[in-house]
Amino acid sequence: MLETALKGSKKYWLWLGFLFGLHVIGVIIYFGWQWPKGLMITGLGRDTSWGFYIAQFTYLVGVAASGVMVVLPYYLHHYKKFGRITVLGEFLAISAVVMCLLFIVVDMGKPDRALNIILHPTPNSILFWDFVVLNGYLMINLVVGWAALSAERKGMPTPRWAKPIIYLSIPWAVSIHTVTAFLYCGLPGRHFWLTAILAPRFLASAFCAGPAILLLVAMIVRKVTKFDAGKEAIQTLGKIITYCIILNVFFLALEFFTAYYSNIPGHMQHLTYLFAGLTDHATGVWHGTYVPWMWASVILMLAAIVVLVPPKWRANEKVLAFGCILVVIGTWIDKGMGMIAGGFTPNPMHQVVEYIPTGKELMISLAVWATGFLILTILFKVATTVKEEVEA
Amino acid sequence: MAFNRRQFLKVAGLSTALGLGGKGAFELLWPGEVGATELATRPRALHGKRWGMVIDTRKFKKPEDFEVCTKACHQAHNVPYIKTKRIEIKWIWSAYFFQAFTDQENAYLGETNEGQVLLLCNHCDKPPCVRVCPTKATFQREDGIVFMDFHRCIGCRFCMAACPYGSRSFNFGDPRKLNDQAINPKFPSNGDFPTRTKGVVEKCNFCAERLAQGLLPACVEASRKHGSGGLYFGDLADPNSEVRRALRQHFTIRRKPSLGTHPSVFYIV
Repeated sequence: MLETALKGSKKYWLWLGFLFGLHVIGVIIYFGWQWPKGLMITGLGRDTSWGFYIAQFTYLVGVAASGVMVVLPYYLHHYKKFGRITVLGEFLAISAVVMCLLFIVVDMGKPDRALNIILHPTPNSILFWDFVVLNGYLMINLVVGWAALSAERKGMPTPRWAKPIIYLSIPWAVSIHTVTAFLYCGLPGRHFWLTAILAPRFLASAFCAGPAILLLVAMIVRKVTKFDAGKEAIQTLGKIITYCIILNVFFLALEFFTAYYSNIPGHMQHLTYLFAGLTDHATGVWHGTYVPWMWASVILMLAAIVVLVPPKWRANEKVLAFGCILVVIGTWIDKGMGMIAGGFTPNPMHQVVEYIPTGKELMISLAVWATGFLILTILFKVATTVKEEVEA
Repeated sequence: MAFNRRQFLKVAGLSTALGLGGKGAFELLWPGEVGATELATRPRALHGKRWGMVIDTRKFKKPEDFEVCTKACHQAHNVPYIKTKRIEIKWIWSAYFFQAFTDQENAYLGETNEGQVLLLCNHCDKPPCVRVCPTKATFQREDGIVFMDFHRCIGCRFCMAACPYGSRSFNFGDPRKLNDQAINPKFPSNGDFPTRTKGVVEKCNFCAERLAQGLLPACVEASRKHGSGGLYFGDLADPNSEVRRALRQHFTIRRKPSLGTHPSVFYIV
């Protein structure tokens, strides 16, 4: 089936070339600077030891997990309208997991020792379990997506042996984002993350952001190929996105209530830093670089709710697409920027040391995104070509 | 029969070639010899069930009282001096009381305590850094010391996120290149202790290498030589040790006790 990715229009190759170009730039920066010099080329430091890379990782674990939002209705509830979009969801999950793994590798100080995680397996470390569930999820989606698509090409139903794996993929999807939340929410002394609602919050933001990306990509696919995911599938996806963005904002509000009504400084200060800025007790200097971003995030998410809730507005695909863009950007700022930096600021000694990513760090991140979209494009090319063949 | 380095390498190399591994080969060829040599080289080693430290903050009056400790430690462990504060490495340092004891902050602290407190790894009884390490590069020794294997660390920095005391530093670059030779010209100052490579985490090791030679931690020794004193080190499991005596005679506090990490470093305030 992979050979179908080798025949495409000029636009297809141009797009692939563009993504590959970004990938190459990232590889050059990584091996030209970060590999020889170390992570000092990033904005990371002693106080904020995880930053943009890990934040992207967290966001993308969500995108990967969100594949379940099309898999579950289709396979568990036999919602036939999702028949055409399900494989796209699985392929989006594959490329998202690949990006996650790449972000972990570029974040490591000693990537050449990565296999120590397998050589010295340590079950009490959540990172060990994250390694297990992410690689497992990648395998599951590769097997299931490929099996379903090749069966479809031959005009056969999805093979019976794949069914148990498909059912397994549903709780597994939930597990990858739960385990990722556990990386943070089990750490004493990091009060921003030390909240039992972190995993549900992650899942809520994932289940709106992931399907929103899927919906936007499906609309682009409809424009550039003959493959149409179907009007009803897109509308149902819109409903899922609407419910989940409301849940996400609700969960965020719960965090605010607990922190500020309890009035416990450790719980308040990270939110205060993100949304109003914070003054360092010792130096007297105020820091608040993230303030406009965080407010933009909240406003974008609220605007998305306003746009998406009225059924008539949502029925208009242009409005729906606009709402999805608001969801993607709003949740990305929340998770891809504020979530990690905010957890580290102020530091355990209540010093306010801001983290600002560097240009090189951002370029390497962009390259990882480009690599993921390169894989996504190739997988979608295969999927849409097969579906076009079948329908022809 | 004692082994020198050359003989050891010969036997080790030969036996590895024959498919025999490490200590097992020696056990087979010279039963009992290796274990005996290991112990024989360390007759003066200090032994403890649970190493701990008591810091008398009242004895630290002038900036140099802190500096002698940090300098002695950082020279003993080849800790580079890095100008960029963001990526600095420190095993032991000083901070304001309200930064060290964040739960004890109050509006009137400034009136009574302008002072600083000496900070280092707490060698917790229940260390979160050990719990999260995915490769056991950070582990707890039987004597309670939270120790690091610099050669196993993958640089994921999970331990830095887990430590509630900010006791861990990461090599954001090559320490040999990052060290400011103008300020720290002797680096690496201790040929008996390894320098680190870029990309690994490091922290205070309670001078495990000095305890093995029967010496007290470098900071303790330095503060005594300097005359300020104020650092007591010993076995918390031994009622007659100097730390236990200090704990009996004074009321002490620990950093962030509510987190359940059970630090082994106590403060007299």
